[in-house]
Amino acid sequence: MSRASARSLLGALASVVAAAAVWEVFARSGVFSTALTPSLAAIVPALGRMIADGTLVLHTLYTLYRILLGLALAAVIGIPIGMLMGRFGWAERFVLPLVSVLSPIPSLAWVPIFILWFGLGDAASIALVLYAATFPFILNTWTGVRSVNRIWIRAAEAMGAERGRLFRKIVLPGALPFVIAGARQAFARSWIAVVGGEMIAATNWGLGWVIFDSKEYLNADVMLATLLVIGLLGLGFERLVFQLMERRTVGRWGMVRTART
Amino acid sequence: MSHLELRQITYVYDATGREVAALQDVTFGVAASEFVCVVGRSGCGKTTLLNILAGFLGPTRGEVRIGGKPVTGKGLDRGIVFQDFAQLFPWRTAQRNVEFGLEMKGVPRAERVETARSFLRLVGLEAFAGAYPHELSGGMQQRAAIARALAYNPSVLLMDEPFAALDALTRDEMQRFLVDVWRETRKTVVYVTHNVAEAVYLADRIVVLTPHPGTVRAEVKVPLPRPRDPLSGEFVEAQRRVLELLR
Repeated sequence: MSRASARSLLGALASVVAAAAVWEVFARSGVFSTALTPSLAAIVPALGRMIADGTLVLHTLYTLYRILLGLALAAVIGIPIGMLMGRFGWAERFVLPLVSVLSPIPSLAWVPIFILWFGLGDAASIALVLYAATFPFILNTWTGVRSVNRIWIRAAEAMGAERGRLFRKIVLPGALPFVIAGARQAFARSWIAVVGGEMIAATNWGLGWVIFDSKEYLNADVMLATLLVIGLLGLGFERLVFQLMERRTVGRWGMVRTART
Repeated sequence: MSHLELRQITYVYDATGREVAALQDVTFGVAASEFVCVVGRSGCGKTTLLNILAGFLGPTRGEVRIGGKPVTGKGLDRGIVFQDFAQLFPWRTAQRNVEFGLEMKGVPRAERVETARSFLRLVGLEAFAGAYPHELSGGMQQRAAIARALAYNPSVLLMDEPFAALDALTRDEMQRFLVDVWRETRKTVVYVTHNVAEAVYLADRIVVLTPHPGTVRAEVKVPLPRPRDPLSGEFVEAQRRVLELLR
């Protein structure tokens, strides 16, 4: 292991231990009953039971399926729209007012109407993720296209690049740092949407459903264990997907400084 | 007979309702394989002039001709090197940057790779073909930019203060290097600068531009043999003459 990655691991470990210690002190302080603020001694076994009986894996897979499908659809829709807006005035004039109206509406506000349209189950949650994730893709891609360094465009035009080729070979890679930023933002908003959606619209499966369902039985340990899982999944995606994506592209090209982890 | 001709180039722009002439009747010619420096203080319109030659701007009046044919817009008959190091495409290696113009020209891949490689060799960057621009020093980035502008074989090379952002030692080195490259490729060069010593070092002929509006004050021939010695009496004398014209 390199010195840098050892340091990064040490840093991550220190912050986790510190957070766990703070929680332990709070849980055992007696401010709330231990049934409501279970200590790690209760949360970890709850997590172990969920892993052992296989339910955690299934819940996680359901949630990931909804989030990843919604996110993929959002990328397929949002990135091209953002590009069109960056490139054509008419697209910008047409789309921007719509985005400005729709994007501030919290995805959760759509849950009741999506249940009416799609019924309970996967479709409603996927639609919610799609709704939450599309706007970050649109807005960041649009900004990315507009922030492409003018000198690249001039240099490319001087060498005979025009319209389509200019867009493909210069504007697209030039906008990539923003597109990746958009993907990060979309991913974060997707979690809000999917967990919220599952709490209300899901039937029996999904991490959001687990949290909501546990409330009925006062299972605070299961709720907290599930929250922990969501957090760890977020960490995993950040490290394994987004940081890797960045390192391989815009980081490699020196367009952004990569995370020191 | 000049390879590149500027005929009474006038460029007027609108500054909040008032018409301002950035360039007024600029006329001069550049012979094939001649190295001409355009010298003037900032604001004299020299970059505007270069942008007109490049085809980024159309002149309000007047005409640019290359090989007798009027120039309209951008074209692969001209290569351009800017001052800004950021002109290279960060997502392409040095090699792929140099290939860009050839790619636009529709040159097949194998030939493209070969040609780009030979131009990287010409600028002494063969060992860095696979490096991305941010991994190169400022001087190396400008060398790569020169290779990129030459690779698709334009007849005219336009340069806008390409070494102005480099430290003094690297700049001296790059000037020597540019003279070598020019002798090798025999391009017609128009090089814009505010640095008189640089112009005297590089140019066959210096066009002195004075501002408000930008007009040609004089043309000074520099008949000194190359490589030139910036400390010699003749060199200093030539420098003094140009400086006096700029005053």
